Amino acid sequence: MTQAMVEAIGVHKSYAGVEVLKGVNLTVARGEVTCLIGPSGSGKSTLLRCINHLEKHDAGELLVDGELVGYELRGDKLYELNDRRICHERSQIGMVFQRFNLFQNLNVLENITVGPIKVKDINEEQAKKFARELLVRVGLEGKERNYPTQLSGGQQQRVAIARALAMEPKLMLFDEPTSALDPELVGEVLDVMKDLARSGMTMIVVTHEMGFAKEVADTVYFLDQGVIEESGDPKTVLTSPSSPRLQSFLSKVL
Amino acid sequence: MSANGDEAFKVVPVRHVGQWIGMVVLALFIAMFVHTLFSKIPSGARVCHRVSGRYVCHAQFKWRFGWNVIFHYFTNGEILRGLVVTLELTALAMIAGIVLGIIVAIMRLSHNRLMSGVAWTYTWAFRGTPVYVQLLLWSFIAFLYPSFAIGIPFTHVYLFHFNSNNVFIPFTAAVVALGLNEGAYFSEIVRSGIIAVDEGQSEAAISLGMTRGQTLRLVVLPQAMRVIIPPTGNEVISMLKTTSLVVVAGVVELLGAVTNIYGETYQIMPMLLLASLWYLIVSTVLSIGQFYVERHFSRGALRTAPPTPIQRMRRDLRGIASKYRTKRGVQVGVGS
Repeated sequence: MTQAMVEAIGVHKSYAGVEVLKGVNLTVARGEVTCLIGPSGSGKSTLLRCINHLEKHDAGELLVDGELVGYELRGDKLYELNDRRICHERSQIGMVFQRFNLFQNLNVLENITVGPIKVKDINEEQAKKFARELLVRVGLEGKERNYPTQLSGGQQQRVAIARALAMEPKLMLFDEPTSALDPELVGEVLDVMKDLARSGMTMIVVTHEMGFAKEVADTVYFLDQGVIEESGDPKTVLTSPSSPRLQSFLSKVL
Repeated sequence: MSANGDEAFKVVPVRHVGQWIGMVVLALFIAMFVHTLFSKIPSGARVCHRVSGRYVCHAQFKWRFGWNVIFHYFTNGEILRGLVVTLELTALAMIAGIVLGIIVAIMRLSHNRLMSGVAWTYTWAFRGTPVYVQLLLWSFIAFLYPSFAIGIPFTHVYLFHFNSNNVFIPFTAAVVALGLNEGAYFSEIVRSGIIAVDEGQSEAAISLGMTRGQTLRLVVLPQAMRVIIPPTGNEVISMLKTTSLVVVAGVVELLGAVTNIYGETYQIMPMLLLASLWYLIVSTVLSIGQFYVERHFSRGALRTAPPTPIQRMRRDLRGIASKYRTKRGVQVGVGS
């Protein structure tokens, strides 16, 4: 049976009384690229962070690779997972942030190898070899010894993608990966992501790049005020939307 | 620029009269002070010589600053032993303070209420009382707790048992008091360093699957170091001088040695100056060390590390040399 990689059923999340997610349903199939679009504050990033355990959802079911996020079902009881298990689950999900968040105290190679060495207990030589391959893949060979501050935003984001890939994740989450970049640097990051999509990686991308969504996504979800307003294949959703909210959103973005 | 084609305007620079007067006055004061450094004053005694059958007497003079006394005692055995004790106390108290401070800072930032509560109370108590009082309290701790034991709480089953008076000899009491006091201050320094690290850094570490301990050790603390190091240098130098208070606990360190000596010789001022000189020498060495440690931890935060004084000197020399070369080149060009 081909199980969905991510399945959300009625996911709720509130911060200090403010409901950010009001029952979100979403399915991401293996090998698919899913784009989440919507105005800021609509809950896109929160949903992504719930999938990666960075936030705990309050109600609803959230399954990654067929397993409940943060809980284990034994009999008819849900057991909260301990830190070790949560860390293990996180290590299988790659995350790319809007502001790159490369480790400032480590150089490019160390940024990429620290996860595999410390979390997956892979030996240093092997980790370095893989890291160099990844750097070639994101077009940054020869930058191994540079520190993050010595790189442009686009280069930093490509290193961040390589860092996430070094963990050999089964799922990649992108939280507005190009929003903090100069317009001319957006392309180089999107190219790496397109390449990754072609290789069959399951990806969930929160983005404002409608061109990217149209070209690469298999499914597009439009979130507004904590609910999915509209979803479907990108051509239908982005070119002939039925919801008036999405129509007005697209008219502002495009 | 010229007014009528062939004659240039004369440029009159702004005159900073006040600045000049200030400089002259300051220079005068410096000269007066330097003069006192190397002047002599009557010692109070008189010396008489016999000159062709008659005694001629005049006042005896001595160095105002007692340089001869300072020089004589500078590397005296008792002074050096005191200096070693000062250095030992500084090192041990700082190590204890740093270890404690890191633990307490992490406890303070913990989500566990008991942990953060204990950390807060510790900082409150040890930062809120004078270190002088704490030194006295620890040296008389036997009045409160005559003995210490490790065993099962609230029973008389002991694994180890020791008498406070045997353990809290003056030196240990001093190290414990200074270390605990320093820990309270240092925890705040570490806490500010941890808070200064962008939250995105720990989020990225956590999303790679790192545990909270790994995140702290591999990502957050190394970056917090850049914020922590400068005030740490401050604390080390401050501790160096605070150790002079342990005289009250009965420890003979540098100042203790100095007071012991002037108690016998009455050379109070020269001996205090001698102690000051030693403190200055050690704190200078520590400052130099601080520069290099700061430089090490600036790695990754700055695009290029700041130059060391030696590198800066070399660069300046190269600059002067190249200027000289171009000047000569121009002159040759003009001449030919």
